[in-house]
Amino acid sequence: MKIMVPVKRVVDYNVKVRVKSDNTGVELANVKMSMNPFDEIAIEEAIRLKEAGKAEEIIVVSIGPKAAQETIRTGLAMGADRGILVEHDGEAEPLAIAKILKAIVAEENPNLVFLGKQAIDGDNNQTGQMLAQLLGWPQGTFASEVAMGDDTVNVTREIDGGLETVKLNMPAIVTSDLRLNEPRYASLPNIMKAKRKPIDEKTPADYGVDMAPRVTVLKVEEPPKREAGIKVESVEELVSKLKEKGVI
Amino acid sequence: MTALVIIEHDNASVKDATLAAITAAKAFGDVHGLVAGADCDAAAQAAASIEGVTKVLVADDAAYAHPLAEELAAVVLSIADSYDAIIAPATTTGKNFMPRVAAALDVAQISDIVEVVSTDTFKRPIYAGNAIATVQSSDAKKVITVRGTAFDKAAAGGTGVVEAISAADKVGISEYVGAELSKSDRPELTSAKIIISGGRGMGSGENFSIIEAVADKLGAAVGASRAAVDAGFVPNDYQVGQTGKIVAPELYIAVGISGAIQHLAGMKDSKIIVAINKDEEAPIFQVADYGLVADLFEAVPALEKAL
Repeated sequence: MKIMVPVKRVVDYNVKVRVKSDNTGVELANVKMSMNPFDEIAIEEAIRLKEAGKAEEIIVVSIGPKAAQETIRTGLAMGADRGILVEHDGEAEPLAIAKILKAIVAEENPNLVFLGKQAIDGDNNQTGQMLAQLLGWPQGTFASEVAMGDDTVNVTREIDGGLETVKLNMPAIVTSDLRLNEPRYASLPNIMKAKRKPIDEKTPADYGVDMAPRVTVLKVEEPPKREAGIKVESVEELVSKLKEKGVI
Repeated sequence: MTALVIIEHDNASVKDATLAAITAAKAFGDVHGLVAGADCDAAAQAAASIEGVTKVLVADDAAYAHPLAEELAAVVLSIADSYDAIIAPATTTGKNFMPRVAAALDVAQISDIVEVVSTDTFKRPIYAGNAIATVQSSDAKKVITVRGTAFDKAAAGGTGVVEAISAADKVGISEYVGAELSKSDRPELTSAKIIISGGRGMGSGENFSIIEAVADKLGAAVGASRAAVDAGFVPNDYQVGQTGKIVAPELYIAVGISGAIQHLAGMKDSKIIVAINKDEEAPIFQVADYGLVADLFEAVPALEKAL
């Protein structure tokens, strides 16, 4: 079985982003970038399936600037086998990404595509579902547990009221939620080894995908600031303040 | 223009988040609802009585007994041609099937909108709510999910007509196996007026009982930070944050929660925020209207007594 894992290079999740003063976007110059946390979880799950003898090969794919190569290397250092970088500067919308991934799936024929449930920059939560529809495959989104059968996969999903399990025909799309697993750190020897693993370089044009955005960002603003609050000295004072406000 | 709102329901009643989506949909003109379910007549009648909904289409079929994304997308697509906008609440169900609809229509979905500026321009939070983007869609048809806490709930009092439609051809590539739902008599997190949440500082799942005691006095829902969920103190559907539930109650009480960016993303639109934490440097105090620097194991029981 072959598994494909698309990954995204995003602002590190610990960075408090700043909106640019001209309101055209957020400040990305000299900001620490990392692999999207949900994608790390997706790679980890793929590697665990390989370690369990259920997968032979793991391909890591990223669509983004040249620097996204580092993100692919991170995946290779964790244990993936090879990478594909589709180089594209500027905005890449989930629909365009899904179309490129569909073309790569047609070339590589993976049995499973593992994605993160959402990227922490755009917060879209769309790419996996869109890819599933374009391929006509079933999807197991927000996965917290994945159990492989012979021609099927059972995915336990985090839903609003609790957990739900669905059974999907293979090939299938799975998107990872936070509790699927605890991703490993790449060891130094594995980071060295990853440097020799192959990364194919491609462009969106190789797959005939038009990257022109459908959605134009007109403006990016700071969210409304909350007024500074006060510190109260005691529980009694807190309760009386809340009563004054009429909320309790 | 006519908008189609996909009604989220449990076959008997309409879920709250849908009411916000209907309010957002009114910007497009006429609003129709789609109820796809099994034995869902009661839900359809409930949907038709929501103010602003002029017509409810009902696809009643065993295929829709559980909201499988593959089947739900197919039935939405079977009627999509008649609509200028297709709208769903940004719940786990809406987030699950809507991108399939968008991809099939070759449309870029606009996720989790918090404001309709015009029928092609919307505001939505990005970067865990640390920035608000105003985006304009050039697609002819709009596919949108709506943040439930950002719009008023549509009121009752509508007189929409109910019309049956045939089920779409079964896709049949996935099936529902089962569910394990958290049982709680308390109000649902996303619609509660008061929420009291615990974090890592709670120390254990048993200790959540002191929070529950306050919740019961206030008629509040109980939430949690990711740290508390990951530590196994409470089930994961309690999680408030970027990757959990987005809430905006009248009163949010954060107990033993430091206030990481990802948690704030889920609750900073609450009307009044109270923080109880023994670390006076905790970032939660920067967004709290009322902060109490105290040991939660003394403060929370005292709070319960004072109520």
